[in-house]
Amino acid sequence: MNNEINETQDYAEVDSKDVPRKIIIPGEVIVTGEDYLPGEGTRREGNSIVAIRFGLAEEMGRVVRVIPIFGAFIPRRNNVIIGRVIDITYAGWLVDIDSASNAFLSIEESPRFINRDEMDQFLAIGEVIAAKIWGIKGKGIDLTLKAKGLGKLEEGFTFRIIPSRVPRVIGREGSMVSLIKEKTGCNIIVGQNGWIWIHGPSLDAQIKARRAIEFVADKVFVSGLTEKVEKWFEEGQK
Amino acid sequence: MSSMEISSLAKENLRKMFSEGKRFDYRGLLDYRDFEVTYDVSNKAEGSARVKLGKTEIVVGIKLTVGAPYPDSKDKGNLMVSGDLLPIASPRYESGPPGFNAIELPRLVDRAIRGSEMIDLKRLVIKEGEKVWTVIIDIYPINDDGNIVDAATIGVIAALKKTFLPTLDSEGNVDYETKTKNKLPLSEETAPLSFSFYKLGDSILLDPTREEEEACDSRITFGISKWEGQYMINSCQKRGEQTLNSEEIAKIMDIIPKKFEELNKKLKKFL
Repeated sequence: MNNEINETQDYAEVDSKDVPRKIIIPGEVIVTGEDYLPGEGTRREGNSIVAIRFGLAEEMGRVVRVIPIFGAFIPRRNNVIIGRVIDITYAGWLVDIDSASNAFLSIEESPRFINRDEMDQFLAIGEVIAAKIWGIKGKGIDLTLKAKGLGKLEEGFTFRIIPSRVPRVIGREGSMVSLIKEKTGCNIIVGQNGWIWIHGPSLDAQIKARRAIEFVADKVFVSGLTEKVEKWFEEGQK
Repeated sequence: MSSMEISSLAKENLRKMFSEGKRFDYRGLLDYRDFEVTYDVSNKAEGSARVKLGKTEIVVGIKLTVGAPYPDSKDKGNLMVSGDLLPIASPRYESGPPGFNAIELPRLVDRAIRGSEMIDLKRLVIKEGEKVWTVIIDIYPINDDGNIVDAATIGVIAALKKTFLPTLDSEGNVDYETKTKNKLPLSEETAPLSFSFYKLGDSILLDPTREEEEACDSRITFGISKWEGQYMINSCQKRGEQTLNSEEIAKIMDIIPKKFEELNKKLKKFL
């Protein structure tokens, strides 16, 4: 499997103000000419670059790519995801990560030693975890909890946004999510699969944080979002 | 929308929020989302409506055919309510034989309408014992963001009010191309509305979103109509494992008249 290709995580901020981005549908020619290179969500067809997804076309130097507006989560190595435990087997936990196939968390990959007889005391069915994908083999997705910030989520709540909007919620180098954290005082984990965990000092702060994230995820066509979110917080979140 | 089931974490959080009377969209626990109704979404049906309750969206079509009456009600027209939960509406729904929810939805609407006697079935007789109008109501949710039963009832009432009979020639054949100006024989006064109360923990709420609906333990649905100034329960159905005690039922009975007037007023704007 060519997982290595996918290893780099794309946190590119969708916020660059230079060129207005065009809405593109699959099959539409974005640019013509040998000078361009097909990036994510595009393909070369003869002399032109053609979109294979519905989204916003963007040129970054010579590379042309499409930022998808909708779409399911495609698991990649090193993605941090939020999943729900759906089954316990003799060797580990089966986790629904809201993708085409379920993932597996081996008992060896838990942060501490767990007795096989007491697996449900660490993670019971219906509980949620923040985990990292460490390997993809064919249909099998393997998770690990052995990294900072991962583990069982015991307080707060989870909700979902469209996975292709996750980069917007994170922002350039995490700027957007830090802004929301700072304004609401909540602790937030954004999973690449579109599930987001929030835990804050009060219910109201949690509701506010969720509304802020949904506000960001809804504004697909807006540029300069960080300022807009700051304004949104000032104007009383309407 | 996702097919992942609700986690114990999210459920516990909602339970806490409801006990303090809070919701993610800042509604009160007993507030309905805004709804709107549009008509004539189908040009082949005799009456149709599309209702949007928040993000929940339902299309209702009314077809009229001529058929034989049932042997036990020879002096009455026929009423059939059917519907399906299409996969387009939610990742929870699959095509194939109807499941429990797909059977329950039209059944609840049917009982609310039949019980309220909103349609005067006796006036649908063309020739007694031989020929009667059959009213076929089709309910198709195209987006399920919770509370489809209440939304479907609103849609059905709206569609029925805008249904016109097709022309009938002397031999009893129906010409669907030319509609008459005759409406269905509907009661002027009575129109049922459905109210689904959901319970999570000790809180009772109305009109949940899909997320809230999935967290709730039980539901009780009432088909309510008003006749000669009296509120009447036309149908009632309870589902889910959690019980409701008599105080809760008494509380619900206090809420219903207020909510009935509120929804009825809103619906009147679209009729």
